[in-house]
Amino acid sequence: MGFWDTLTGRSRPKRANLDALFLVPSAAITLQTAVGLMPTGAGSVCYRAATGAGFHQTQDEVLALLEASADAPVVQTSSDEFGFTWLQVHRDPGDLEGMGELCTDLHAVNTTLEAAGYGPGLLCSLIPFVDPTGRKVGLVYLYKKGTFYPFAPVGPQRRDNLLELQVRDTLGAELPIEPELSSWLALWGAPGL
Amino acid sequence: MARSRFVGDTGLTVRMTTVMFLLGALFVALVVGIALVVGAGFGYGLGLLVGLGGIAVAFYQWANSDKVAMRAMRAREVTPAEAPELHGMIDRLCALADMPKPRVGVADTPVPNAFATGRSPERAVVCVTTGILGMLTAEELEGVLAHELSHVAHRDVLVMTVASSAGIAAGMLTQGSQYGALGFFGGRGRDNNGGLPVWLLVLLVSLAVYAVSFVLLRLLSRYRELAADRAGAYLTMRPDALASALQKITGGINQIPQRDLRQVGAASALCIAPAISGVSLRTLTSTHPSLEQRLEQLARIQAELSRPTG
Repeated sequence: MGFWDTLTGRSRPKRANLDALFLVPSAAITLQTAVGLMPTGAGSVCYRAATGAGFHQTQDEVLALLEASADAPVVQTSSDEFGFTWLQVHRDPGDLEGMGELCTDLHAVNTTLEAAGYGPGLLCSLIPFVDPTGRKVGLVYLYKKGTFYPFAPVGPQRRDNLLELQVRDTLGAELPIEPELSSWLALWGAPGL
Repeated sequence: MARSRFVGDTGLTVRMTTVMFLLGALFVALVVGIALVVGAGFGYGLGLLVGLGGIAVAFYQWANSDKVAMRAMRAREVTPAEAPELHGMIDRLCALADMPKPRVGVADTPVPNAFATGRSPERAVVCVTTGILGMLTAEELEGVLAHELSHVAHRDVLVMTVASSAGIAAGMLTQGSQYGALGFFGGRGRDNNGGLPVWLLVLLVSLAVYAVSFVLLRLLSRYRELAADRAGAYLTMRPDALASALQKITGGINQIPQRDLRQVGAASALCIAPAISGVSLRTLTSTHPSLEQRLEQLARIQAELSRPTG
């Protein structure tokens, strides 16, 4: 933020590099082979819904876009206690192709919202993974930073930091990982975790 | 990006720039004026010295703003374990705005209020009172926090401190001439051929500068408030939540017993520069725009956000 923006009291929103989402499918394979974490086939986008008709219309367009394709995923929206909306997409888990389609879906949701001018309201995208023992890790993409980080909740208000660091070290070469640990936002009660 | 909803507010920019320019001009006028008045005897260095003194005091206030304000409001820092909801809210807002998370403080007073302070976004503190926590709903509180985080992001403490340095220098001079601390001017003044004593001239110049700077600072502070309202409303995408919070807070301050108001008033008066009170959320002080003005702006943002697409 420059001197002029400081004087005029205006901050410019940063642009996210949404193409980073397409790196997730290959990272999913690495996670599967190295840590044993399998994709659940679900994914979600978290954003702040603006008041009024304009946003509602855009959100309806997004839902229509997702449901229009030939092999349409299951789509649903929910809101959490912080007032954010989660748009969840469910695909068939397991194969690489499904993972690719899921990322395309998430990318479509984000670009549509951004094109309508609601980019500043996007918080994160979340792709949950689970291992055979039931441990869950969400791969979170932060828009405003353009980086990923792992979030592994174990029970209410507790997270498995060792597993998170393990995931970070595993994926470090494939994804842009958020270097600031203080930005690894907790997402308690996120759908799919 | 086909079309951005976040168009600029030209009127705000123009007014802000004008006020900042006038404040700068005032500072130069003070230094030059003092230099001219006493320059004949003491050299032009004294005017410069006074200017530097003002800047130094302002700098000290800015560097310690977090500690001073927290102490004045009897606030204490809270950890995420002590106030998980508050921290969660600020975490999300900071992720939305892509800014470092400030420290979080809570002041134990029934007056509904919130303020942000600190010399830089990295050293910032956002503080809320227990009164505001009990009064507002989660959405409204989020609107208030977004407003305060905008102050942090806009570096309002820095801007207001820089802007107030001319006023501080003038205020120091006024007090100095009143109590005769600058009595050495008088010695020169008697040598003047029958004109006004120099100390009186200094007093008059300083008083005039102080008065003009006071009004300009109030103007500037009001624009900063409007800018913070605007940025906060766009951050949460809920101008209505901030609007209802403002209405509740203004109503709440009227309802609070006199004793508490005076307590808080005395604490704010500890600070010479209005930097600290200037970034708080009290709408009744003159440093803030009127409630109608703020609601009008929020209504405009609301209309812009809810405009149908296509």
